Amino acid sequence: MNIWLVMAAGGIITFGIRFSLIYLFGRFQIPEAVRRALHYVPPAVLSAIVFPELFMRDGQIMVAFANTRLLAGVIAIAAAWFSKNTLLTIVAGMVALAVLQVLVV
Amino acid sequence: MHEAKNQFWAGVRAELPLLVGVFPFGMIYGALALDAGLSRAAAQMMSSIVFAGSAQFVTAQLVRDAAPALVILLTLAVVNLRHMLYSASLAPYLKNLSLRWKVLLSYLLTDEAYAPAALEYERNGFKPGSHWFLLGAGVALWTTWQFSTALGIFLGAAIPAAWPLDFALPITFIGMVVPSIASLPVVASALSAGVVALLAYGLPFKLGLIVAAVVGVAVGVTLETLKKGSR
Repeated sequence: MNIWLVMAAGGIITFGIRFSLIYLFGRFQIPEAVRRALHYVPPAVLSAIVFPELFMRDGQIMVAFANTRLLAGVIAIAAAWFSKNTLLTIVAGMVALAVLQVLVV
Repeated sequence: MHEAKNQFWAGVRAELPLLVGVFPFGMIYGALALDAGLSRAAAQMMSSIVFAGSAQFVTAQLVRDAAPALVILLTLAVVNLRHMLYSASLAPYLKNLSLRWKVLLSYLLTDEAYAPAALEYERNGFKPGSHWFLLGAGVALWTTWQFSTALGIFLGAAIPAAWPLDFALPITFIGMVVPSIASLPVVASALSAGVVALLAYGLPFKLGLIVAAVVGVAVGVTLETLKKGSR
C-alpha cells in the first residue's frame, strides 16, 4: 500500500464531500432521511473503532481486571460524560492507564 | 475592501477560543501518526492534503493496523460524511460566489471553521463580504493545524517507545463521542455499533468496522423513527 496514494485519494474524497452541496446548490437537495442518518455516523463509526481497542486482547474479548485498557477506557468515558471536555478525557484516560499498569502488573 | 478585511479578522477572532482546543489535538495527531508508522513527511502532509482532524486520527489508526487502502478510504469517507451537512448548510450563503471561492472555502470547511461561521451568518445575516469571515476562521485554523502537527512530530520522536501512546487514539474518540451523546437513539446507535464491531472483529480487511457503522446508523434511525411514531 502506498501511503501517498491513499492520502491523495483521501484528500480528494474529503474535499469532494465538502464541495458537493456548495457546488450543487439549487440543483439537488439532501433527502430528509439521509440528513437524519448522517447525524448517527460519527458516534457509530467512532464506537466501532473504540470497542475493539478496549475489549480485545490478542484477538480475544477480555473482560477482567487484568485488562487495564478496558478499565482506563471506562474511567475515560466517565470523565467525558461528566466534564464534556475532550482534552480532560484524554488526560484522565492516559493517567488512569499509567496508574493501572503499575497497580495490576 | 475595508469590509473584507474587517470580516476576515472577525473570523480569525471568532476562531481563537477553538484554537486552544485544536492546538493540543494537532500535536497529539503528529505524535501518533509518527508512532503509527507514518514517515515525518507523510504525517505532516496529511494535515494539509486531508485536513480533517478525526479522519486523520482514524487513518493513522488503520495504517497502524495495516488495513487495506480501500478500507481506509471507505472509513475516511464515512467519518467525513457529516461535512456534507455543513456543505448543505452553507450552500445558500455561498451560492453567488465564484467557483474559485467555493473551492477554497470548501477545502477549509472543517468542524471548527464551520461552527463560528454558521453561527455568525445565522445571527447577523450574510452580506457582501461575509465570506471573508469563513476564510478568516478557516485560515486561522489551517495555520494552527499545520504548526501543531509539526510540533507534535518534532516532540513525538522524543517520547519513549514504552509509553502506551497508541491508547491516546481510542481515548480521543471517547472524548469526542461521549459529550455529543444527547439522546437515547444516539446511545443505542453507539452501543450497537461497538458490540457489532466486537462480533465482526474476525472479518477480513477490517470490514467489521464498516458493518458495525452501518448497523449503528440503522439502529439510531430506526429508534428515532419509532420514538416519533409513538408520540
